Amino acid sequence: MAGARGLALKRPSALPGFGLALGFTLTYLSLIVLIPLAALVLHAASLGFSGFWDIVSAPRTLAALRVSFVISLIAALINVVFGVIVAWVLIRYRFPGRRLLDAIVDLPFALPTAVAGIALTAIYARNGWIGSLLDPYGIKIAYTPWGIGVALVFIGLPFVVRTVQPVLEDFEREIEEAAASLGANRRQTVFRVMLPALLPAILTGFALAFARAVGEYGSVIFIAGNIPFFSEIAPLLIVIRLEEFNYAGATAIAAAMLFIAFLVILFINLIQAWQRRRLGS
Amino acid sequence: MSHVPLGLDFIAEDRARSVTTERHPVRFALILTAVAFLTLFLLLPLFAVFSEAFRAGFGGVWNAISEPDAVAAMKLTLLVAAIAVPANLIFGLAASWAIAKFEFPGKSILNTLIDLPFSVSPVISGLVYVLLFGLQGYFGPWLQSEGIQIIFAVPGIVLATIFVTFPFVARELVPLMQEQGTQDEEAALSLGASGFQTFWRVTLPNVKWALLYGVILCNARAMGEFGAVSVVSGHIRGKTNTMPLHVEILYNEYNFAAAFAVASLLALLALVTLVVKVGLEWRYAGQIAGANRH
Repeated sequence: MAGARGLALKRPSALPGFGLALGFTLTYLSLIVLIPLAALVLHAASLGFSGFWDIVSAPRTLAALRVSFVISLIAALINVVFGVIVAWVLIRYRFPGRRLLDAIVDLPFALPTAVAGIALTAIYARNGWIGSLLDPYGIKIAYTPWGIGVALVFIGLPFVVRTVQPVLEDFEREIEEAAASLGANRRQTVFRVMLPALLPAILTGFALAFARAVGEYGSVIFIAGNIPFFSEIAPLLIVIRLEEFNYAGATAIAAAMLFIAFLVILFINLIQAWQRRRLGS
Repeated sequence: MSHVPLGLDFIAEDRARSVTTERHPVRFALILTAVAFLTLFLLLPLFAVFSEAFRAGFGGVWNAISEPDAVAAMKLTLLVAAIAVPANLIFGLAASWAIAKFEFPGKSILNTLIDLPFSVSPVISGLVYVLLFGLQGYFGPWLQSEGIQIIFAVPGIVLATIFVTFPFVARELVPLMQEQGTQDEEAALSLGASGFQTFWRVTLPNVKWALLYGVILCNARAMGEFGAVSVVSGHIRGKTNTMPLHVEILYNEYNFAAAFAVASLLALLALVTLVVKVGLEWRYAGQIAGANRH
């Protein structure tokens, strides 16, 4: 009976195993992801709106959220500029070492974040390779918000490069030739014909890099110095509240961040819908 | 008789070429920018790990990684990956079979939900399990009365790792299997193969390289995860410390040489992952649909 109804829900197919596969998928998804996330939402809801708001609007929480969001935004913008240049160079030009560079772009995906964190700290600390060059000028990177920015640029770069790369690769040369034959110079072709076509991919890459940066923890905490109101990120504040066994505090901040992550997913889906409409498919 | 002088000939040629590419100086500047940026932000940290690790020489590295707490951390990391990766592999196969081979309502929502863990901060991925199974959590009192410990113990670390590596295999398999359609399977079934034989002998060989691709990425994240695991682990030396957590402890004790020595092992794992990944992309590009989409 239940089986018959289950079959009616899908289009008929000769292949077996639909019920088993979907049943396992939904069960596993619920147990690992949905129920735990629901527990978080439930816990946040039990605080009541005023309880939730008291925690989220506390000065230290607001400061941490501001540090996380502002620096993530800046880092994602830096990644857009350099990520598009890197994607462009890797797709359009041939030069020695290109394939090595292409492979190394994925390093932030593969390198554990804690390792990235201590390595960046070693480089940008006062006695580090770059820190010691900047120190005579009074510029400090490690243990300041700048250090957070460096870590977030590191962590977000592949998102922009890897979303822009395939779109640029599929871009038809005929369109460039058409623009040129209609009298556009190269700069006009690039900025008024090509970049607008790449815009959905660039925005998606930006949103992915931004979302990853806001939630990033491992690579940041070593280089940030973690001074409240100055270089303390929101994920760290969650950990601090948990260590104080302040579950309400941790949950409220987490719920606020989760809500913003949902907005980012929504934004990405809207971009993709817009792109599909624009391509008319 | 119009004879174009040599100099003008060259200009005309350069102009023809420049229609779909930039001029030499621009090209050179862009390549230089990209190389400088990647060197500064990606290569330099990688070199730094090994350079800091080998400051104390091979002996120092060996001492740091053969010390009992480090060995315990390695064993735990391997154990956690050995559970989390196969679990997500089986899930990836089931999910991609259901999503790619059948049409049913709610499919795109399911696809979005599978990617959900990638949008969640690692810290929150750990927190959700603390809220469920921690002492003050929903199941905390019951678990305590039964004498089962999940948070600050290995099961919590495994759960948090499964959460953060959840989408890796599924997101490689779903687009590829969608592209391949159901014709091969229908042919096998019509020739008398059983459902299991069809899956084992037709579907699985069709996706094996994408499967391996997803598994190595999943494994790299499983072994390297820090934030989520840090929240649920409790940092008990020799018991609930994975390798990344061990790196943190050594670093916070100002034992930098040892921290970088253990970190260099993890960096080596990252390099091996990249080499296998690139190898698969070069050799089997057509059989890994997701290769360009990360």
